[in-house]
Amino acid sequence: MTRRNLILSSAALAGALIAPSARAAFSEGTKLPDLSTFGLSGNLPKTEGNVIYLDFWASWCAPCKASFPILNRWHEQMNIHGFSVIGISVDESEEDMNRFLQKNKVSFPVARDAAHKLVSTANVSTMPTAFIIDRKGIIRHVHSGFHKRDEPVLFAQINQLMAQR
Amino acid sequence: MKALRLILALASVVSGISCTQVKPWERGHLADYIMRPGRDPLTDSVNEHVWFTREAFAGGRGVGGGGCGCN
Repeated sequence: MTRRNLILSSAALAGALIAPSARAAFSEGTKLPDLSTFGLSGNLPKTEGNVIYLDFWASWCAPCKASFPILNRWHEQMNIHGFSVIGISVDESEEDMNRFLQKNKVSFPVARDAAHKLVSTANVSTMPTAFIIDRKGIIRHVHSGFHKRDEPVLFAQINQLMAQR
Repeated sequence: MKALRLILALASVVSGISCTQVKPWERGHLADYIMRPGRDPLTDSVNEHVWFTREAFAGGRGVGGGGCGCN
């Protein structure tokens, strides 16, 4: 075996081992990919030209539940001004998601990422994670987790993006 | 050739034993109520008392979070 083959084999082995951690993730400053290409079930609203709050949630996640009344209020107040919350459920069971949504009514659109294709690509670090996207489709803010004290900060960030044309 | 076989064998062993990370969006079962170690406060306090009297054991049982990856 030549030295070249040995180096190539070692490189392939190293590549195979580190590949899962080197996956692309959504980050601030990058463009949001077309959500319709991820095989989501549910109706997605038009995102072009709107400020979007893309929220990854699950029925088993307590902070997600706590965030819903606030997200609902924002969506109802600002939807006519070009703002939309989009909830992406990562529940394995559709029944769990539906049961949760029956108890916690939402006015914003919800889609389900059954195959976890979108959430894997976004590579979120915690539940919930939200991406705030500007009117040009650029991810401007990433928020991991949710606490009520975050509300003024998030609201200010959304308003700042809403003011931009 | 011998070295190549060795590398391939090593690769298969390493990939076979490598740990799988549970992603935050896959922690639904871990976040389930049944997975909580302290579901019954009364049983917990009785256990604490028994362990303390028998083994001088106290505290150190509380763990933050249910493993769901939530904040």
